Amino acid sequence: MKSPYEILGLAKTASADDIRRAYRALAKKLHPDLNPGDKKAEERFKEIASANDLLSDNTKRAKFDAGEIDGSGAETQAARERQYYRDNPQTQQQPQGNPYANQSAYEDFASEDDLFAQIFRRQAQQARNAKGADVQYRMTVEFLEAVTGASKRITMPNGQTLDVNIPVGIQDGQTLRLKGKGQPSPGTGGAGDALVTVMVARHKFFTRVGDDIFLELSVSIKEAVLGGAVKVPTASGEVMLNIPKNSNAGSTMRLKGKGVAGKGDQFIKLKIMLPTKPDPALEEFLSDWNPDPSYDPRKEMQS
Amino acid sequence: MIIAKTEFLMRAKLDPQTLEIWVSEQWLIPQEDAFTEADLARAQLIQDLKHQLGVNDEGVGVVLHLVDQLHGVRHAMAALLQSVRNKNNN
Repeated sequence: MKSPYEILGLAKTASADDIRRAYRALAKKLHPDLNPGDKKAEERFKEIASANDLLSDNTKRAKFDAGEIDGSGAETQAARERQYYRDNPQTQQQPQGNPYANQSAYEDFASEDDLFAQIFRRQAQQARNAKGADVQYRMTVEFLEAVTGASKRITMPNGQTLDVNIPVGIQDGQTLRLKGKGQPSPGTGGAGDALVTVMVARHKFFTRVGDDIFLELSVSIKEAVLGGAVKVPTASGEVMLNIPKNSNAGSTMRLKGKGVAGKGDQFIKLKIMLPTKPDPALEEFLSDWNPDPSYDPRKEMQS
Repeated sequence: MIIAKTEFLMRAKLDPQTLEIWVSEQWLIPQEDAFTEADLARAQLIQDLKHQLGVNDEGVGVVLHLVDQLHGVRHAMAALLQSVRNKNNN
């Protein structure tokens, strides 16, 4: 591995000024945006940048000279996340949707009536006819809005608003395409589309898998043993559900057609809740209660 | 993704006055007050030119103008090569 001194082509005795000069000279040659076609430039640029980081910081340089740290100078997070202008998709878009597009460097070729001129003219024509760029947004909707559908309004960074119709049963992460709500065309093409990615928020007690809705329902020990009608929330309001006699914890019941958009079902899993405070009557009853010896909930675990 | 002005200033490490000058120089051309990732990458390039490469303000405009032309030429070159390739394949 090359030391930071070698990378910048410096002697160990280099002054801070020498370092700055050497770095600058190399950076001018290697900056990725000044070398748009050279994929290796980015790597070398990062190498000299991290060498410069190390050597231009007196504390780090002293530690390196004393052998306390090596020259591998981990890239900073900012350097890793840095996107160069040359790599931005918009930069590649010429000229539509790119305010920086500049064709003056070859305009003179296009005046001749030859193959090249035709290609450039066709390209310019296509650009004029191209539709505007798509724009992307993200939004979050409530669980029940995703189940029943909703109409939402989002405000874009430029202050304009956009009405978004959330279709019934939209899935978390689904993207809606709003035709013609993107950027306008630079010429005669139509506007681009708005692509809205919809996130569905969690619900306090409902969960959802595909078109089915799942709910864990707490019942009292009395309701579990004796059965009876209880109120159950569903996405479309409360319904009465008949709990059969001797319903065990974990047993699951199905409300047909109460899932998403009438397609799925709602599944209800019972959870038996004891009174939160000790109940003397219950204690008294249970201490006198002698269940059938076959009732052993841990039967299966015995060896 | 569209970036709002406040987020743009933070990510580009810019103050509002400087941004105003850059926009009036047309170094940056935002659509109203909405910025794109391309604007951000371009702002970072300008920061590099000024602070790391020692380019002065007059020079930044010259460099950007040439970089923009270079991208135009690269695009034209790519289109040309593509159409030659298509011809050869037919």
